Amino acid sequence: MKEFGRYAMFMGSLFVRRETFATYYKLTLEEAIQIGLKSAGMIGMVAFFMGAVTTVQIAGNLVSPFVPRFVISQVVREMTILELAPTIIAIIFAGKVGSSMAGGLGTMRITEQIDALEVMGINSSSYLVLPKIVASMLTYPMLVIISGVCALVGGYLVGTFTGIVTPAEYIQGIRYAFNPTMITFAITKSFVFAFLIASVSSFKGYFTQGGALEVGISTTAAVTNSIIAVLLADYLLAELFFE
Amino acid sequence: MIKINHISKSFNDKQILNDIGGEFEKGKCNLIIGSSGTGKSVLLKCIVGLVHPDTGNVYYDLRNFTEADKEMKAEIRREIGMLFQGGALFDSKNVEQNVMFPLDILTKMPLEEKLERVNFCLKRVGLESVNKKMPSEISGGMKKRVGIARAIVNNPNYLFCDEPNSGLDPQTSIVIDELILEITHEYDITTVVVTHDMNSVMGIGEKIMFLYKGSKIWEGSNQNIVNSGVKELDDFVFSNKVMRGMKSES
Repeated sequence: MKEFGRYAMFMGSLFVRRETFATYYKLTLEEAIQIGLKSAGMIGMVAFFMGAVTTVQIAGNLVSPFVPRFVISQVVREMTILELAPTIIAIIFAGKVGSSMAGGLGTMRITEQIDALEVMGINSSSYLVLPKIVASMLTYPMLVIISGVCALVGGYLVGTFTGIVTPAEYIQGIRYAFNPTMITFAITKSFVFAFLIASVSSFKGYFTQGGALEVGISTTAAVTNSIIAVLLADYLLAELFFE
Repeated sequence: MIKINHISKSFNDKQILNDIGGEFEKGKCNLIIGSSGTGKSVLLKCIVGLVHPDTGNVYYDLRNFTEADKEMKAEIRREIGMLFQGGALFDSKNVEQNVMFPLDILTKMPLEEKLERVNFCLKRVGLESVNKKMPSEISGGMKKRVGIARAIVNNPNYLFCDEPNSGLDPQTSIVIDELILEITHEYDITTVVVTHDMNSVMGIGEKIMFLYKGSKIWEGSNQNIVNSGVKELDDFVFSNKVMRGMKSES
């Protein structure tokens, strides 16, 4: 509870003594490039193989001749939109971006760069962390969309090249009984996950004390705590959405 | 001028600073000296507001900094320049961007004017044609100089230096000390230096505060430090072989 209280106070500190809009705009763009653009390739590749593997495994389990083949891509679609793209990619995002945020802030703390900002009269938490959170919330939903597309493309290519499904069957499954609110749900989840990963990781990194060893500890804690927060939020959002 | 009154600070029931008072004069190099672990850096952090003292106040030219509201604190901090022990340069910015940073944040100067000021400050600390280098590409001494350039770029009224010589060779240490002294006199600012380096004490210590186990036990200048008659100070000063030699000669 004490830790949660510190986290809440830290979040509150982001919105006091802010710098100019132009400063945040520039910083947010820089962070968006760092967080979003530089993660897109890796996340696309992971999603591609996730889609491919999911297609192969579903096909392997759907042995009944009474189940039409297009069901394979229908299941791939549902899994991708509901869980694989927003949640599994969030875990990868926490590992790549969350650890980088915590490590970067932790290093800034132990090398007195954060103190230097404070001495200059700058609210260091707001200056350093707010752009990271905003940039994550802007770019992560886009990464989720990219990963969703890549997963479906991966499933399509593997499914059709190996003869599991025909292109027409795969497309039919993708379009069959499609409920667009699933997309809204996935995007909502992605906003929440991005906020949690960026804020928890920044919190862990910002309050690092000690030396290089402690930076490593903070980074590990950032990733594990972010993942726990994401999984908890995933469950709560699922309960809310499917009630 | 900076005045401190009854500054005390403890961490986890361990008393680090005990009722410290004193004045740091304008236009002079004021030194806080003492052995490792005596609370020098904590006192400096209390003065610049990075640590809140348990008791006591810090006054910047009669403005109570400790009890000031956030706006007033931010205003005073904008008059402060600080050189950190490791330089504290921003890793993601090059030398020019590091020095320009306070101007970017605190002023609305046009870019040409900012560049002119940055180049002037870099030249002042003896650095030229390193503008585009990253902090990882320059030496420790150069980092300190860049740190000084960043600290003075905004024309501060108060300059703080936390162990400016740590990790430097004796020759570079002297250069950094002389630079700090020159800047103090040239801009008529209040400079506070935390050090345990006796060369610095003798070279630039125009006003010296000696801390021992968290308490101030002596105040004076480099002119009278060798004849203080305070045992703890003598132990500190004459732990250095050169200083012992000076004493035996005298």
